[in-house]
Amino acid sequence: MSEKVLMKGNEAIAEAAILAGCRHYFGYPITPQTEVAAYMSKKMPKIGGTFLQAESEIAAINMVYGVASTGKRAMTSSSSPGIALKCEGISYMAGADLPGLIVNVQRGGPGLGGIQPSQSDYFLATRGPGHGDFHVLVLAPSSVQEMADLTVKAFDLADKYRMPAMLLADGTMGQMMEPVELPEPKEVTADKSWAVTGTKMERKHNIVNSLYLKPTELEEKNIERFERYKEIEEKECLWEEFMMEDAEICVVSYGITARVSRNAIIEARKQGIKVGMIRPITLWPFPKKALLLAADKVKSFLSVELNMGQMQEDIELAIQCKRPVGLCKRVGGMIPSPEEVLNSIKEANK
Amino acid sequence: MSQVVFDKPKALTDAVLHYCPGCTHGIVHRLVAEAIDELGIEGRTIGIAPVGCSVMAYDYFACDMIEASHGRAPAVATGVKRSMPENIVFTYQGDGDLASIGLCETVSTAARGENITIIFINNAIYGMTGGQMAPTSLIGQVTQTSPYGRNPETQGYPINICELLATLEAPAYLERVTVNNVKNVRNAKKAIKKAFQNQVEGKGFSLIEVVSSCPTNWGMTPQKALEWIDEHMLPQYPLGVYRDKENGVGLAKKEA
Repeated sequence: MSEKVLMKGNEAIAEAAILAGCRHYFGYPITPQTEVAAYMSKKMPKIGGTFLQAESEIAAINMVYGVASTGKRAMTSSSSPGIALKCEGISYMAGADLPGLIVNVQRGGPGLGGIQPSQSDYFLATRGPGHGDFHVLVLAPSSVQEMADLTVKAFDLADKYRMPAMLLADGTMGQMMEPVELPEPKEVTADKSWAVTGTKMERKHNIVNSLYLKPTELEEKNIERFERYKEIEEKECLWEEFMMEDAEICVVSYGITARVSRNAIIEARKQGIKVGMIRPITLWPFPKKALLLAADKVKSFLSVELNMGQMQEDIELAIQCKRPVGLCKRVGGMIPSPEEVLNSIKEANK
Repeated sequence: MSQVVFDKPKALTDAVLHYCPGCTHGIVHRLVAEAIDELGIEGRTIGIAPVGCSVMAYDYFACDMIEASHGRAPAVATGVKRSMPENIVFTYQGDGDLASIGLCETVSTAARGENITIIFINNAIYGMTGGQMAPTSLIGQVTQTSPYGRNPETQGYPINICELLATLEAPAYLERVTVNNVKNVRNAKKAIKKAFQNQVEGKGFSLIEVVSSCPTNWGMTPQKALEWIDEHMLPQYPLGVYRDKENGVGLAKKEA
C-alpha cells in the first residue's frame, strides 16, 4: 500500500495512467483538463514515455489509434468541445476493436459553451460518441481517489473487451484536491496477438481495420460487438448505494453532484425523510438492474445532474417507468447547493 | 537453363489488385514492395492505408497494416512510430486524403520531422468517389464537381505539396517523381527506396510525391493518360528533389 498524497483530480488521472502502464499521451490544450497534459509533459520524458502536444484533437485521438494498434496503452484527455472533435477517431477505434482511454473533463455547452463544470456530455458518452452503432465504457469518478482508481479500471476493461473507455469527469473533479492513495504499478498482461508489431516474417500480416464492404460481414461484426456489450452489461456494472435500506426516495447522481446529494441526503435524514442514493460509477454499462430492484421498494426517484435531464431518461428506461422520476438540475456551469437538492428531495417527499 | 529475371515482390500478397486498368497505383505498390524487399525490412514494417482508391492497400502489402480514417494516416503513423521506434512505418495516401482533409496532419507531421515515410499519390482527382475535384486538380480541369473546369476565382489554385513542405525546416527528403514511362519508373523506384532507407538510418521525415494517372476519371485511355501527365500535370508539378538535407538540397534556411 502506498501512502496518501494530496493531488488535484487531473493530476491523479495522469499519475494513475502511468502506474497502469500507459506510456503514450497525446493531447491538445483545452480548459479545464490542462493539468493532465502538464503533468504528462513533465513526467513522460523522464520515464521513457511519449508526451506529444498534437496539432489538433483529431490528430491526438488518431495518435492514440496508432499506439493502440501496436498493442500498447495510450490515452488522450480533453474537455467537451475537444471530445466532439475526437468522436470520429473514437468511432474508428470502436470499429477496429482497439482499446484506449479518453478522458473527458466536461464543461458546459453546446458550442463553445463555458469553462465551468458540467455533465452535459452524458448522452454523447453513453450513446456511442461517434458515427455508427457502438458503445464505449463510461466511468464517472466522484472523488480524486476514484479519478485514480477508475483510470486504472478503464484501461483494464478497455483491454479486456478491446474497446475504447471514457473517463467522464467534470471541471470540479478535475480541479479538486484530495488525499489519494495511488494504485500499485502494474504490468499489462492482456493478450494482444492481434496487434501490428511487425510480422518478423513469422506470421501472416495483422490488419487493424474498420472497413467491411460486404454487408453480411459488417452485420456479423456489429452483432459480435453487441454480444460483447451484453456480457459487459451483465458483468461490469458498478454503482454505490447510500442509505438505501429503508429509503422511500432514491436519488440517482454521479460525479460532483453525487457529493452534493450526499450532504443533502444526510440533512434530509435529520429531518426524518427516508431518502437514499444509488450512485452509478459506470454510466455505460448503466446499473439498470440495481435501479429496477430499487423501484420495487421506493416511491420515487430523483435524478440530480448538471444537464437538462439526460440521465433522467435512462433511469425511466431502467425502472420501466414504474415510479416517477424527478429532476434536480443546474446547467451552464452552475452546481446545485445541498439546499437546492434538499428542496427537491422535500418536493419528491410530498 | 531458365533464370527468373522478373518476379512479384515478396512484400506484396497474392491478393488481386482492384485498381482500374491503366491506373498507376499498381506500379507504385510494386515499387514500394521492391524497396521493402531490397532493404529486408518487411518483418518490421507497418504500413498505413488511407481512405481513397488505395483504401484496401492493407490487403496488398504483406507487412502488418493499419487502415486509418480519411486524412489521418500521418497522425496514426506518428503514434505507431512513437510506440515502435525500431519499426519502419509508412503511409500511402492520395491527394484528397493528404492534401485536402488531412493537410493539417501532413504539414504538422512534416514539421515535427517524424521519422516516417510517406508515399503520396497525386492524380489530381478523387478516384474512389467517382472523379470529383481534388486540391491538386489543375486550373481548367473538368471533374464531376468542376464541370465547367476548375475556376481559380471560385475554386482556388492547385496545392503543390513538395514546394509547400520545403518551406519547413524538419523534412529530410522531399521528391516529386512520376511513373509514366520506364525511365521515370526507375527514378521513382530510386526515390522511394531512398525514402525508406532514410528512415532505416534515422534521417527523419521523407515524402515522395508520385504524379499519377487516373484514366477512368480523366476519361482517357491509359496511354493517353500517361501522355497527359507529360503535357499537363508536369508543368504544374515539376519533377525533382525539393529537399535532400544530407546533400544540402532545398534547405529551408540558408546555413551561415
